[in-house]
Amino acid sequence: MAVKDVWLSGTEEFEPTDEGHQEMELHESGPRLREQLGTVVSDDYVLEDDLSDDERMIVNMGPQHPSTHGVLRLQIELEGEIIRRSKPIIGYLHTGMEKTAETLTFMQGPTNVTRMDYLAPFHNELCYSLAVERLLGVEVPPRAQAIRVLLTELNRVSSHLVALATNGMDIGAISMMLYGFRDRELVLAFFEKTTGLRMNHNFIRPGGVAADLPPGWRADVADIVETIPRRLEDYDDLLKNNPIWLERTKGVGVITPEECLAYSITGPTLRAAGVAWDLRKNFPYSGIEQYEFEVPVGQNGDVYDRYQVRMAEIHESLRIVAQVLETMPKGDYRTDDRKVTPPPRQRIDESMEALIHHFKIFTEGFRVPPGEIYQAIESPRGELGCYIVSDGGGKPWRMHTRAPSFANLQALPIMMADSLVADTVATIASLDPVMGDVDR
Amino acid sequence: MAKLSGPPNFLMTTVGKAARWARTRSMFPATFGLACCAIEMMATGAAHNDLARFGMEVFRASPRQADLMIVAGRVSQKMAPVLRQVYDQMPDPKWVISMGACASTGGMFNNYALVQGVDQVVPVDIYVPGCPPGPQSLMHGILTLHDKIMSGEIAR
Amino acid sequence: MTTDTESPAEIRPPPRPRPENPVLAGLIEPFGDAEWTLSNGDDVVRLPRERLADLAAAARRVGFETCADVTVVDYLRRSSGRFDVVANLLSLQHRLRLRILVAVSNDDPACPSLVSIYPGANFFEREAFDMFGIRFEGHPDLTRILMPDDWEGHPLRKDYGVGSVPVQFKESHQVS
Repeated sequence: MAVKDVWLSGTEEFEPTDEGHQEMELHESGPRLREQLGTVVSDDYVLEDDLSDDERMIVNMGPQHPSTHGVLRLQIELEGEIIRRSKPIIGYLHTGMEKTAETLTFMQGPTNVTRMDYLAPFHNELCYSLAVERLLGVEVPPRAQAIRVLLTELNRVSSHLVALATNGMDIGAISMMLYGFRDRELVLAFFEKTTGLRMNHNFIRPGGVAADLPPGWRADVADIVETIPRRLEDYDDLLKNNPIWLERTKGVGVITPEECLAYSITGPTLRAAGVAWDLRKNFPYSGIEQYEFEVPVGQNGDVYDRYQVRMAEIHESLRIVAQVLETMPKGDYRTDDRKVTPPPRQRIDESMEALIHHFKIFTEGFRVPPGEIYQAIESPRGELGCYIVSDGGGKPWRMHTRAPSFANLQALPIMMADSLVADTVATIASLDPVMGDVDR
Repeated sequence: MAKLSGPPNFLMTTVGKAARWARTRSMFPATFGLACCAIEMMATGAAHNDLARFGMEVFRASPRQADLMIVAGRVSQKMAPVLRQVYDQMPDPKWVISMGACASTGGMFNNYALVQGVDQVVPVDIYVPGCPPGPQSLMHGILTLHDKIMSGEIAR
Repeated sequence: MTTDTESPAEIRPPPRPRPENPVLAGLIEPFGDAEWTLSNGDDVVRLPRERLADLAAAARRVGFETCADVTVVDYLRRSSGRFDVVANLLSLQHRLRLRILVAVSNDDPACPSLVSIYPGANFFEREAFDMFGIRFEGHPDLTRILMPDDWEGHPLRKDYGVGSVPVQFKESHQVS
């Protein structure tokens, strides 16, 4: 055997056979084959009408995926890189909260409702409590209303900080995640001092709030009001004129105001599209009309505008918090009506009637007159509504929550139509859905 | 080859210990944040309560590259098969922490929609109670898991 | 022998209550079988289900741009129909809310769909179908949305149990 006959792997050139080439030819679809033969040159993506359906691919994103904000599953029909159709599939976090609510008394209701939109727990509790109070016909004292405004506006700040953090991280600015959660710790520390918990507080109850603000709260709130705007300036420095951020967010995920209204979209998405609708201004609740604040509105309805609207809303919320700090009224932190709220602790030792009331409220629950009511408030995601039907007993006959994220998800196919796959992540992040809210 | 993670036999003592040490010091969690507990898990990984000091800040998106699955949140009937599939995709050795009341026992939602305890679907090593457990509780749970692996108590 | 100027046949029935708001009053006027009430401060209109689509279309023309919510309540043993389909409409320009109640019986749990008028009612109606079993006629994709696709039964109906497991020392599986 001569040396040249020995097969030296890697140095020998393959003799092309016809077999493989023919096989490839048979299975190639039309346009690619034309390209190979040199009849069609496609540098840019050319939309050809005679593309067969083989070109379309259905891709499944989620439910376990780092960028889908919880357990959201998206089925996307792709043509190359362009999304033709998409469908959100939800229900992976369905907890049966509306069924559980029928087994809990009205006093226990907030524990259930607070876990729906878990980034804005005070808002869920507030909505439920306002609805129950309207059914009861009970007035809440001004101090309780001011405490409620303080807590919900701080909660709006913490929720928008998470939105900014995850928004940034999904688009690539990973440091935003750390910054957002760092600032959130300030607010959560105050919540822990006031309510005992960092999340899911069960503090705003029908009749008022569960307890008074702790001593030294003014210093904590003043600290928050002072520190966070400075940090927000840092984020603006990082993102606002950053060319990568602008490229990835401007013109992406656009939705028009008419589409928003047709698809029941509310909240920062609607405001970024240009409609100045905020339930705090238009259907005010809990004494928020006494405080001065603006409603930030965007123009284009794209991801960049939603980011701007959320940043501005944090500033406005801190403005409200500063005003509450100055004007906090003195008084009771819950209504006087003893049939509804439990008596203060020392009264229980003194009075038999107080003891009986306490017992009845915590075991049976107070009775709410029969009727039905719909109460809506402005949560960080949009219109959060609570529809309660009472049959006169101690537990609701039906409790339904109109979840803003549930409605806002309907905008996703509209926003993602004819856009690129890579923009999906930015779009979902800017919509800020909370799956606990969506699935309940 | 003798099991590296079991009770050490006299031949493989040092190697076993070294392997267990390596496993605990660089445990990669898989992202399985479902609900409220996921936010507290993210807060544990964030700057204030830093998981990076234990080598765990890298939450792997792909279960094939992860050791530890922290089931953070309530598992609904629709999600249970997905949970099992993700668990099956993880290579051995793998551990599961059930974070929060809903993952451990169904929590306050004793109804048709939730799996009453994630241990009905996957084997669980550590249960962290709380609703949601604060970052310190979760960290205590993770460090307990590290101790159990180091001592050889959990043989995986 | 009567000197009354009006015979009983000429006495008109008492006028039905009209909403104070002129937009709402104008909206409900053409619908003779619509009853308007004030429920704890909310404007509520009850009407038969055949007229639902017409009222919703008229509302959209008058200025109710968006449908905030569509849900169902199960009254179990009510003579006028077991279920109530509840549609909440919102008008931004007039700052008004309107709630429409439609009674649906268990023998024929169907109701016209609002999706052609308010596309945003899509997900709400799917959830109502999933949880209560009400068929919304005209809905483009009436499938289960929250429960798994092969789930049997409609969980939020009153005759569907909570599904709780027995817990020691607690009677949570007994629904009052």
